[in-house]
Amino acid sequence: MSEFQPKIVAFCCYYCAYSAADLAGSMRLQYPPTIRMIEQPCSGRIDVQLILQAFEDGADGVYVAGCLEGDCHFLKGNYRAKLRVAQAKKILDDVGIGGERVEMFNLSGSMGPRFAEIAHEMHEKIKQLGPSPLNKAVASGQLPAASGSD
Amino acid sequence: MIIAEQKPFEEIARMVEIFDKVLILGCNECVTVCLAGGEKEVGLMATSLRLLRKQGDRPIITLEETITRQCEWEYLDQIEKLAEEAECIISMACGVGVQFVAERFPDKWVIPALNTKSAGGSVKHGLWEERCGLCGECILHKTGGLCPVARCSKRILNGPCGGSQNGKCEVKDVDCIWDQIYKKMTIIGKLEQLLEIEPEKDWSKARDGGPRKVVREDVMIYE
Ligand code: SF4
Ligand code: SF4
Repeated sequence: MSEFQPKIVAFCCYYCAYSAADLAGSMRLQYPPTIRMIEQPCSGRIDVQLILQAFEDGADGVYVAGCLEGDCHFLKGNYRAKLRVAQAKKILDDVGIGGERVEMFNLSGSMGPRFAEIAHEMHEKIKQLGPSPLNKAVASGQLPAASGSD
Repeated sequence: MIIAEQKPFEEIARMVEIFDKVLILGCNECVTVCLAGGEKEVGLMATSLRLLRKQGDRPIITLEETITRQCEWEYLDQIEKLAEEAECIISMACGVGVQFVAERFPDKWVIPALNTKSAGGSVKHGLWEERCGLCGECILHKTGGLCPVARCSKRILNGPCGGSQNGKCEVKDVDCIWDQIYKKMTIIGKLEQLLEIEPEKDWSKARDGGPRKVVREDVMIYE
């Protein structure tokens, strides 16, 4: 069987992580292709449902990347995101997916190298954890791929 | 409003264990405001249950609906079809809503998703406090608008007790409400009113007198 390649969703704030990703690109920094980036107007856009949905739709890991604390363009979006990620962790533990599969990161738009580093970190972490329990069955060919809500 | 909080997820999951298709029913009133059983929480509950059950060999189908009020027949009438479709209804309303659902759909298994806590309000984001003990005979006009029935740990009507220290209660980590009543009565110049001894309360008007009813003949509709 081929090596496990995780699917990781990165919810990136437009003002920091998303720009940092651009910068990483123009600096020709490599980061794993397992990261699927979704642009957000602010990390405060994230709510718990969005994170759970990503897992239901087949993600093995999720992270939210917002501005450095104190630097949110909408003042408190990243603090709210942090609390919501903590809540999502709790729910993911409760339902047996595992709270360690979701993380929150803070960086600024000028931190291209840090963006790549975070992507590597998350990639390695999820690789270590293995497929999400929902995808394990898929990996071993027992169930159809995880699909969205009905 | 009525304050409630979600039961531990594990408990709910266990109650739903034997069902394959459930209706998760939210309520748009108090439990929406106290972030326990509104549309958003219904969505989270549905997704959580699906995530859990997809890992086993018994996935679950979740129907989701949130109605104006679960404690009123006319709104429950609107979900008749959905209720029929589901094997059980997980009510995310307060205990009143759960009972109205159970009564309106007599052949359905109804599961409470919340623990109903108190009659109170939100004092700041994320914090809800009890304010009224539903005693059936309000005495707030005698206590400066602060309720000793619901907010004094000992429910005493002639306080404070000897355990009131620097504004704090000796029983629980709460502010001594009698200390606050004293201060409020001082501010409004009614301190002497507190010298009057409050006689024992008629608890038969509270829950102690059995289930209570309010009747208003004037608004009843006769066929
Ligand atoms: S005195 Fe009775 S009715 Fe009035 S607020 Fe207190 S518990 Fe409620
Ligand atoms: S300290 Fe105050 S609130 Fe606590 S029991 Fe005594 S009178 Fe009631």
